Amino acid sequence: MKSDSPLFLVAQDLTLFCICVNVQSQPASLAAEDISTNSNGPKQDSLFDDDPEDLFAEATEEVSLDSPERDVLLSDGPSPAITPITPPTSVITPRIGHTHDDMFTHSSFDEIEEEEGGDSFDIHISVSDPEKVGDGMNAYMAYKVTTKTSISLFKRNEFAVKRRFSDFLGLHSKLASKYLHIGYIVPPAPEKSIVGMTKVKVGKEDQSSNEFVEKRRSALERYLMRTVKHPILLKDPDVLQFLESSELPRAVSTQALSSAGLLRMVNKAADAVNKMTIKMNESDAWFEEKQQHFENLDVQLRKLHTSVESLVCHRKELSVNTAQFAKSAAMLGNSEDHTALSRALSQLAEVEEKIDQLHQDQANADFYLFSELLGDYVRLLTAVKGVFDHRMKTWQKWQDSQMLLQKKREAEAKLQFTNKPDKLQQAKDEIKELEGKVQQGERDFEQISKTIRKEVSRFEKERVKDFKTIIIKYLESLVQTQQQLIKYWEAFLPEAKAIS
Amino acid sequence: MFFNAVSQDPRAVNVDLQTDAMLQVDISDALSERDKVKFTVHTKSTLPNFKQNEFSVVRQHEEFIWLHDSFVENEEYAGYIIPPAPPRPDFDASREKLQKLGEGEGSMTKEEFTKMKQELEAEYLAIFKKTVAMHEVFLCRVAAHPVLRKDLNFHVFLEYNQDLSVRGKNKKEKLEDFFKNVVKSADGVLVAGVKDVDDFFEHEKTFLLEYHNRVKDASAKSDRMIRSHKNAADDINRIFALLSYYPSNSNVGTMFGGFFKQKIEARIAADEDLKLADLLKYYLRESQAAKDLLYRRSRALVDYENANKALDKARAKNRDVLQAETSQQLCCHKFEKISESAKQELIDFKTRRVAAFRKNLVELAELELKHAKGNLQLLQGCLGILKGNT
Repeated sequence: MKSDSPLFLVAQDLTLFCICVNVQSQPASLAAEDISTNSNGPKQDSLFDDDPEDLFAEATEEVSLDSPERDVLLSDGPSPAITPITPPTSVITPRIGHTHDDMFTHSSFDEIEEEEGGDSFDIHISVSDPEKVGDGMNAYMAYKVTTKTSISLFKRNEFAVKRRFSDFLGLHSKLASKYLHIGYIVPPAPEKSIVGMTKVKVGKEDQSSNEFVEKRRSALERYLMRTVKHPILLKDPDVLQFLESSELPRAVSTQALSSAGLLRMVNKAADAVNKMTIKMNESDAWFEEKQQHFENLDVQLRKLHTSVESLVCHRKELSVNTAQFAKSAAMLGNSEDHTALSRALSQLAEVEEKIDQLHQDQANADFYLFSELLGDYVRLLTAVKGVFDHRMKTWQKWQDSQMLLQKKREAEAKLQFTNKPDKLQQAKDEIKELEGKVQQGERDFEQISKTIRKEVSRFEKERVKDFKTIIIKYLESLVQTQQQLIKYWEAFLPEAKAIS
Repeated sequence: MFFNAVSQDPRAVNVDLQTDAMLQVDISDALSERDKVKFTVHTKSTLPNFKQNEFSVVRQHEEFIWLHDSFVENEEYAGYIIPPAPPRPDFDASREKLQKLGEGEGSMTKEEFTKMKQELEAEYLAIFKKTVAMHEVFLCRVAAHPVLRKDLNFHVFLEYNQDLSVRGKNKKEKLEDFFKNVVKSADGVLVAGVKDVDDFFEHEKTFLLEYHNRVKDASAKSDRMIRSHKNAADDINRIFALLSYYPSNSNVGTMFGGFFKQKIEARIAADEDLKLADLLKYYLRESQAAKDLLYRRSRALVDYENANKALDKARAKNRDVLQAETSQQLCCHKFEKISESAKQELIDFKTRRVAAFRKNLVELAELELKHAKGNLQLLQGCLGILKGNT
């Protein structure tokens, strides 16, 4: 191969790139996540001293804070506090001097790229007033989508439209087809539920169908807010049309049992197979790191989601059982013939009744604040993994073009020694075309890589903010519950003491 | 004399305020073996009957049951509320869980295994403590009772340092018991129908029947409620364990870790179990014992009335009059004896019940407050850190 042939240059670039990266390798202060179960607990162990005042005199043994496989749940990157024992194999800083965000600092890289100037992000969407339209199996729920904004993109500051669930799905489908393959993390739409929807259609006006509608309404609202928070998606004409125009063409291809739906399923399966066969030489450790990070995060979130769902269920059960106990205690109080004790038991019954309501409210908070958020993020992570997959596909396409080019060049070289000027010219033309393709492929790959970096950093920031907001809200709801409990029991205590 | 039925302090002191000598019983130790529990019953007494002033023996659950049954079967004690027998120690569920854990050891990390093992061991310990407490309460009640404390079987139970060779009831005996209970319930219905001339007992009968049923219901419902609470507490614990790896800001992680360590919700459930559920369970058994007393009295009343009728008939026929008179006198005497002691027993029962409920309800409220305040403090600390970091 001649030393100045394009292929060699490309190859050289790649190796230079690799060498460049290797040279910059530094010891693991910013180590990639290590999910080895041998890792010691994070520094938290040493920072955590025993409670100076033991509030719980009746305590039994303390449980040690062990740490099995751990990933940082709420940060967007490896935390300096975690020092794994076995350094991972690719401890390489990414080629752009990009420090990982910890929760509270922005990296300079992002500040360059983010459009934080310009319009201050001021848009609020609410989904409300679910209304059943039509009857029988053709019935559907229509939701009112109200937008309040000062962004100049929109014609007015405040406006509302009516949309149905399939409209949301249609919007997502359009956005996904436009943006996913170039590396943008498009928020997934809420899940379909044939069972849930059928109940509503059939007209069952019971608590479970009301809950279903409320769950869906809330999910749709979160979906829209996430979508418009994305600076690129916000400007998309489909999004603008969705929010603003009073009439929207019906999105038929979103039906689960349509041919489009089946096609989607087939494509998904094909993708899965492809993913397994693509063996990408990851030259950029940042991507490998991030992918691992998202894998770990996925595991963590799913575990947390399962636990929270279980909690919601048990709390609802607790609420029911507390109410029943309250009634029983009241009955017992009635039959007790010692007056003061009888009164105290009735009071106990009242306290328990109030507590049951507290449990009910708390279960709702558990669910709407916490559980749904976790579910959203589990689905979002699928989208994130999707863009990484697209990058792989882009890389594969580029590589394929390169290999084809090489073959054509070899063929051309052979043709040089034959006397077929037509064929030679044809080969040269093809080579030129392929060279263009290869260049385009490389550009595409670099573009998607760049986009993903931006997207991931934005996503992580959003995620950290989201979680922090939600956890604060959730803790506040827990605080309220405790304060109520204190009130109730403080009122009861003198009654109990008054028994004589 | 009142006695806290569900005493928190295992070393409940029992001092007799009367001129009788002191008799103090407690369970100083207990050993859990594969399928039985061995209780060390420790006695301190100045009663002349005993050879020493202080001594200990080892007893098993069956021996407690034997003692209880001997009271029940003793006609002399028909007029007393027999302290309810302690329930059989039931470690089956806990043992099963420990076994499953052992089997699953390979499938989890060492830390997870140790943690779960600790939790299960704590559970086992809690059940163990409870069964010891319940056996002790039984003995203390007997020791506190002016008549039962003098029982010979009781003294043998306390002092005889060999195995009492009390075997559990075999199938035949259990069947006999079953029939006896059937007869008793059928009888009970008949007997309950007999209106009592005595207002006090009539009132007590009506009261106890209803009360017993309501306590049964309340006990079942409280168990269910507490079980749900324990399930929710487990979930909360798992969640905080996962959250305690809150990164970058290790203070927050520590805070969550604090929740995990304190396991407040689980403690609340455990305290509710102790103060509420156990109280109700105990009074379920006590009210049954009181009902049994009333039953025995009604039975004696019916016998007395039958003896009266028999006497009248005998006098009318002028046959076996002496025999009928003796029989009638015996029945009269028995009935009056039972009635007299029963009255006092039932009054004592009420006093005990009110005191126990008061104690436990007050303690329940205080514990709930303590835990809620503790929870609140942790939560507010956590919020402070989270909010302060923006």
